[in-house]
Amino acid sequence: MDMEILVIGGGVIGCATARELSAYQAKVTVLERGPDVASGASKANSGIVHAGFDAKPGSAKAHFNVEGSRMYEAYCRSVGAPYTQPGAMVLAFDEEQRAHVEKLYQQGLVNGVKGLSVLERDQVLALEPNTNPEVECALLAASSGLTSPYELTCALADHAAVNGTRFLMDTEVTSITWENGRYQVATSRGRMTADIVINCAGVQSAKLHNQLSEKKYTITPRKGEYYLLDRENKPMFSHTMFQTPSKMGKGVLVSPTVHNSLLLGPSAMNVDDAGDVSTTAEALRLVRDKAMLTWPGENLRSVITTFAGMRAHEQGDDFIVGAIEGSKGAYEAVGIESPGLTAAPAIGKALCEQIVAENGLKPKSEWLPAPIPPKAFAAMTTEERQHACEQDPENGVLVCRCEQVTEAEVRAAIRRPVGARSIDGVKRRTRAGMGRCQGGFCSPRVLEILCEELGVRPTAITKDGGNGYVLAGTLAEIARKEDA
Amino acid sequence: MEHALQPQKVDVLIVGAGPAGLAAAIAAREAGTENLLVLEREPEMGGILKQCIHNGFGLHRFKEELTGPEYAQRDVDRVKELGIEVRCGTTVLEVTADRQVTAISRDRGVQVFQAGAVILAMGCRERPRGALAIPGTRCAGIFSAGTAQKYVNLEGYMPGRRVVILGSGDIGLIMARRMTLQGAKVLACVEIMPYSSGLNRNIVQCLHDYNIPLMLNHTVVDIQGRERLTGVTVAQVDERRQPIPGTETHFDCDTLLLSVGLIPENELSKQAGVPLSPATQGAVVDDTLQTEIPGIFACGNVLHVHDLVDFVSAESFKAGKAAAEYAAGKKTGNRIAPVADGSGVRGVVPQKIRIPDANSPAEAIQLMFRPACVYENATIRVLDGDTEIYKVKKRILAPGEMADLTLKSDTVRALSGEKITVLIDAGGEVCAWNK
Repeated sequence: MDMEILVIGGGVIGCATARELSAYQAKVTVLERGPDVASGASKANSGIVHAGFDAKPGSAKAHFNVEGSRMYEAYCRSVGAPYTQPGAMVLAFDEEQRAHVEKLYQQGLVNGVKGLSVLERDQVLALEPNTNPEVECALLAASSGLTSPYELTCALADHAAVNGTRFLMDTEVTSITWENGRYQVATSRGRMTADIVINCAGVQSAKLHNQLSEKKYTITPRKGEYYLLDRENKPMFSHTMFQTPSKMGKGVLVSPTVHNSLLLGPSAMNVDDAGDVSTTAEALRLVRDKAMLTWPGENLRSVITTFAGMRAHEQGDDFIVGAIEGSKGAYEAVGIESPGLTAAPAIGKALCEQIVAENGLKPKSEWLPAPIPPKAFAAMTTEERQHACEQDPENGVLVCRCEQVTEAEVRAAIRRPVGARSIDGVKRRTRAGMGRCQGGFCSPRVLEILCEELGVRPTAITKDGGNGYVLAGTLAEIARKEDA
Repeated sequence: MEHALQPQKVDVLIVGAGPAGLAAAIAAREAGTENLLVLEREPEMGGILKQCIHNGFGLHRFKEELTGPEYAQRDVDRVKELGIEVRCGTTVLEVTADRQVTAISRDRGVQVFQAGAVILAMGCRERPRGALAIPGTRCAGIFSAGTAQKYVNLEGYMPGRRVVILGSGDIGLIMARRMTLQGAKVLACVEIMPYSSGLNRNIVQCLHDYNIPLMLNHTVVDIQGRERLTGVTVAQVDERRQPIPGTETHFDCDTLLLSVGLIPENELSKQAGVPLSPATQGAVVDDTLQTEIPGIFACGNVLHVHDLVDFVSAESFKAGKAAAEYAAGKKTGNRIAPVADGSGVRGVVPQKIRIPDANSPAEAIQLMFRPACVYENATIRVLDGDTEIYKVKKRILAPGEMADLTLKSDTVRALSGEKITVLIDAGGEVCAWNK
């Protein structure tokens, strides 16, 4: 009989691990406490595929970062997730910072990062003319890339799902114990048992770890807030622009996204409540002020939105990846903060290899390729569009005008193996609602299509799961309640 | 750019079948354009009027009080009567400077047109919450007023039960009344400025008549609720529109409607390289509504956001006629007088006047603009270079109500070609909010 494996957490790490395991003979279930995969840290971060000069040599962060970075392009292609490699710069504005840039350069070499060089002011300004002209020099990391963290996570989930992985959303693990030779997992939706558990629970991962091991970890949720700016005909920056950490604290980045918007952020604030991803006036002001150092001409007129994400910072300041000490059959990835997105392919692979080796899992006779969605309509040429419309007339109906998403694409997102169930679920998978009007135009139509595809009433549709319903009721229902 | 598709030739192509596009189409046909095509992305004509089921439309144009759908229907009927081809469910993807238009629809797939003249009539969209960077959560229950209006009036669903409205634009005011009548409790309408940006009649009929407080000099400083909205915090603002600590009030509500500004929808115009005015966020046009790109015209809310559809129609009739004449090869005057915003004036349209040749007829020209703030007993002046060519006294001028004036044909003919400046002379009174 196949071993039963529970992956706890449907973020990029959980989905990457489940996707690797889906090549082996085992019954894998991913438990996600949110309404969708990529509901925690994987939903809101900078989307940078870090080159790997940042992490301390010899650390797990350095190891998984550099290996993940090398895997990324092929990895994204294999599941149909976006990836570009515009490169990154770390800017220095004085001698102290220049020394830091030199140190990062050396550290990068030790870590095995390729494509590093140090640029002087004129070279920086030639490549990025909107940079603060007071820049002294910069580290250029040509191998720094970009992805879309939620699109990658969704793609990994789909690939795992077509190979038999089960996904249970709205399923929060409350406790794990070892009884009768199996793991007993209590969840918000009832008890489950498993031979193997894998803790990929992000900000909750220390809590689960501590139930299984004498060695205790502490995770501090660290909130980061961002501005997202509309794409321009001529992008303000084509590289990811980092600042060197200084006495004034860690700087913020100014970076294009993989979809050519511009991202400013993040702030860094330790918080008590890991679920609190609200934005604050103070943090946004700080992001604005700090970004101005990189981009003195900073112009926030084209802000599309602001958002916040949560990082799982572990006190030891490193990734903890592997078997849980003192609990046979239990594995984990704890403290996965930046560069966790970059490290995800390598962490998934490492966990899978270890689990396969230690538990004697056999490969499946057939591992289906990822169900890669067709090229986005927005990226098609006129001829390709014409062809797409001939294939499916619903490609001729534009649902989201800002991001040019068609009705066929919205329906396909709902029909994917791990399909969209909410307005934001559609948004993460298709970009409908990501643009400058923020869903003002498309959300009523997306809601309607969700109802058609899922066979539910409009009042059952949520923005992003839970109690987040979009509509309170029909006019008659509300009027009746008022009368009563 | 290469197209495998053979472009279809059209004399005048109109993007959008809202009130602007429909009026432009009627005028173009009446001016003699036979080969005329209107493309509309929605399944039906009428644009935003379809969901504006309140009355008050048409007072100027028809001397009647119509609902939005009734107003639209008059133009739709006329368009049908004239046999004008309107393709609904057809989204324009691209307009080029040489007037090639690419569109898609369910039944025809990709379509390419080569137009003699193009009229941009895409209307406007609402400024979303994200653009304001209001702190707080990103929960369900936050709607632009127009989206809420669509749910209520077209879909028959209520977005929520307890409502706070941020911004006092006209759609927000209309929705305050609409949601109240449908059984919701509208707790407040919160406006960051010291005056409303909506029409005075809407403040009276939609807020005062229902005892809904209008909180001027206030804004939303926090949004609460993880999944669905549970409340908002409102605070007073100072002269720089910054929240004043200690003035916070909390509202328990499940819905926040935003009526914080309309943005002309110029994505296609920008693609075509049409220069835009920072003041109006619409195209720079001459008195025939022609943009800086020859043969591309703009009218209605895509050009500048109007208060009343009657004026959208009037403007669009002009654009339709001018585009028809352009497509037919008619020449216009070569001498151009630029029109500039003077003190107290924002976004004069048109930004250019073509001075008629000596032997061609001159027409009166209407100039429209928004006062930069509230003025009482002020004078609107128009200068040709340094010479005053027009003046009129106004009892009240406010940003919420678009102002207009008409230069007589004789005045137009006599223009020197120097810069024309429109200004508001408030007798030295400087508006503190003028920014």
